[in-house]
Amino acid sequence: MAQQPSRNDGVSGAVAAFLDHDLVHAFLRSRITVIAAIFTLVLIGAAFLAPWIAPHDPFDLASISIMDARVPPVWMEYADPRFLIGTDDQGRDLLSGIMYGMRISLIVGFCSVVAAAAIGITLGLIAGYCGGKVDALIMRIADVQLTFPAILIALLIDGVANGIVGGLDREVYAFYILIVAMALSFWVQYARTVRGSTMVEKNKEYVQAARVIGLPAPVIMVRHILPNVMGPVLVIATINLALAIVTESSLSFLGVGMPPTQPSLGTLIAIGNDFLYSGEWWIAIFPGLALALLVLNVNLLGDWLRDALNPKLRG
Amino acid sequence: MAVLDIKNLTVDFPGRKSVFVAVNDVSLSIEAGKILGVVGESGAGKSTVGNAVIGLLQEPGRIAAGEIDLNGVRIDALNDKSKRKLRGRRIGMIFQDPLTSLDPLQTVEAQLVETIRTHLPLSAKAARDRAVELIGAVGIANPHERIRQYPHQFSGGMRQRVVIALALCAEPELVIADEPTTALDVSIQAQILDLMKSLCTERNVAMLVITHDMGVIADITDHVAVMYQGNLVEYGATAQVLGRPQHAYTKSLISAVPRPDVRVDRFPSIDYIEKDRTPQRQIDIATHWLGKARAYDRAGGPLVSVRELDMQFETRASILPSRRRSFQAVRKVSFDIAEGETFGLVGESGSGKSTIARLITGLYQPSGGSITFAGTELTSLGKRRDILAMRRQMQMIFQDPYSSLNARMRVKDIVAEPIRFHRLASDRSEVRQIVEDLLDHVGLGAAAGRKFPHEFSVGQRQRISIARALATRPRFLICDEPTSALDVSIQAQILNLLKDLQAELGLTMLFISHDLAVVRQMCDRIGVMRNGELCEVAETDQLFEAPRHPYTSELLSLMPSMELLSRETPADP
Repeated sequence: MAQQPSRNDGVSGAVAAFLDHDLVHAFLRSRITVIAAIFTLVLIGAAFLAPWIAPHDPFDLASISIMDARVPPVWMEYADPRFLIGTDDQGRDLLSGIMYGMRISLIVGFCSVVAAAAIGITLGLIAGYCGGKVDALIMRIADVQLTFPAILIALLIDGVANGIVGGLDREVYAFYILIVAMALSFWVQYARTVRGSTMVEKNKEYVQAARVIGLPAPVIMVRHILPNVMGPVLVIATINLALAIVTESSLSFLGVGMPPTQPSLGTLIAIGNDFLYSGEWWIAIFPGLALALLVLNVNLLGDWLRDALNPKLRG
Repeated sequence: MAVLDIKNLTVDFPGRKSVFVAVNDVSLSIEAGKILGVVGESGAGKSTVGNAVIGLLQEPGRIAAGEIDLNGVRIDALNDKSKRKLRGRRIGMIFQDPLTSLDPLQTVEAQLVETIRTHLPLSAKAARDRAVELIGAVGIANPHERIRQYPHQFSGGMRQRVVIALALCAEPELVIADEPTTALDVSIQAQILDLMKSLCTERNVAMLVITHDMGVIADITDHVAVMYQGNLVEYGATAQVLGRPQHAYTKSLISAVPRPDVRVDRFPSIDYIEKDRTPQRQIDIATHWLGKARAYDRAGGPLVSVRELDMQFETRASILPSRRRSFQAVRKVSFDIAEGETFGLVGESGSGKSTIARLITGLYQPSGGSITFAGTELTSLGKRRDILAMRRQMQMIFQDPYSSLNARMRVKDIVAEPIRFHRLASDRSEVRQIVEDLLDHVGLGAAAGRKFPHEFSVGQRQRISIARALATRPRFLICDEPTSALDVSIQAQILNLLKDLQAELGLTMLFISHDLAVVRQMCDRIGVMRNGELCEVAETDQLFEAPRHPYTSELLSLMPSMELLSRETPADP
């Protein structure tokens, strides 16, 4: 289809070829996607550069003072110019808190998506390729799990795991427990998608050719089928990233996620929730806005990716 | 006066980077009661001509220049509404696939009556009578009863008859048939072509037949237009064009059509089309890796021996054996293939020929019977190492050049995979050298290895498939319809390549095809299959000259006659 420019003119040629790619072209043509991408990059940048660019360190006990607690945003009465959008009940700067909190939310979301995708892809490949009883077993487990809402399962796993670890250790393990709980509740969607694609790919002649060569099943699955079923997985992963961030926040809000000593966006909202009725609205609203903005933009990117990779929807 | 008159038609598809001209300055005309064939290979623009006439060009295609007249009235510049009124009313369409061109949820009657009443001012009763008459006219028995049935209750050929009846509903002046018989088996193709020809004459309809098949052209058309890359290269009376082709492309196209009557040593030179080939470097097979380790212990008897082979597919699984249903794809098939021989299997779709190929390579496990390869019974092999050793000796070339290559791997990795897996080379540089030689040897050039499969044409992809099959140094090669997806000129090249490779490497081949002419050119002995059973096995010439089984004679009688085609070899002999 598209004419490939010659590959001989080094880096500039590679850049030109990249800009010329249909996917990049479609991306640049969709204005809302470009805006969403810029927002996402700014938010991610703010989150990961927090230790260097945040105005305060909310974890540095020496720098925070209870005297600064519940300071309103700068445009209101009794504001303090040091705190742009106010402080929380401990006197921590909200803006810095949001930046650090978003970092935790993003890391937990990303790790849980990767873990869920790894479980789902593996089981989906095995189910789709082997078929028969193995397939039936894996997919029935998936069906049963699908009857419960993912957040309920995450809540369950998280609650049980926290009960086992308990006490002070919880601060250390909360992060890992959260990722495992979310991975175990989100793998089903990947497994079903990969299984479906695998069953289609399995009957294609390149897989039969690989079998005629004599390659063993695991090699065929990983080397031949996996790269060909990754497209839809990428789309699901992007859309699920937003979902995972929301789920993490929900769990933290409910008190089973990240502890208040390492607050994520959800923890911050939970803290602010207590002060909503006493007029200190900023403590809950700003983390909430940050969460909404992040999820919205990641979702927009995911939707665009889904449409761009789906030849049926292409106009 | 001509019913359809196309003058200097140019159709282009403006793209993001360039404008693709699909049809370039084509002029054609058809008179009432005559059939014009447009023939060409894929990408020639023949279907685009048909779509331009009925105003169904796919976005962003447009008519850039020229005009189309229907009975003297210009139709290409009409608005969408007027164009819609033309379709069905004055221009009927017959599509390629009768499975998808009928609505599965409506009876044949409903579909016919709807079409008739949309276009003609008839009462429901009169429309129904007309529908019954049409169904009878296209040769469906018991039209009164069958008209009440749904499309799935008709066979493929019968459905295509219904599609033809639909096209004729409103007494159109012109019928456009786009590859009307490509999806049908040979035996049905012949009947449908007869029907189209007789209806065309009886009803005095002009017909535009678009096809890639020279046999269809020779059988029914009065005039023929040969298209090549959007250009009309030759246009005239069918007998004239096929018998004494003037243009070099027409000559090479005709010479590439396999002859059903005589076996020739090689397909004649087809250099007009053969542009994508790089001249190959000669390698000395005797000393090269490819020729080494060929000293397999000679099998005492035949190399492959199939005995009483049975294969059932379960169509309904159940715990209770009495409720299980199965389909017998292969029934008690026995044949031998001698070392160095090419054995052909022919039959219509669903006759079980591909199933046999998959049983021999071990993709399927047989339900019964035995397969012996070089004296070893394959079904008895238990150890993985023994099975691998056997697999290495037999390789397969598949039908679909698109799906038979992994789109995410580079060509050099695709070809190197079997060499690495079976440890047939000592180190990396040797593997690389062998892959380059293989690609070179199948006519792609060593540089092809760095590219991905999608950068190649269909014919080149089939060459990659062949290179991959050769990479295990097999002694037995199974070709499952290796050229059915290819244009005839590419088919000729691939068949020549297979013949060369067989001669060089002393390969034994099982060649599966539905095309009798191709099988005649390729095989030493042929087995004819029908409904999972082997009807007849005979030497090629004997089978074609004196068939013993009635089904074989029937198949042979249905082959399109190619008598019109010029058989002088083009340019260089």
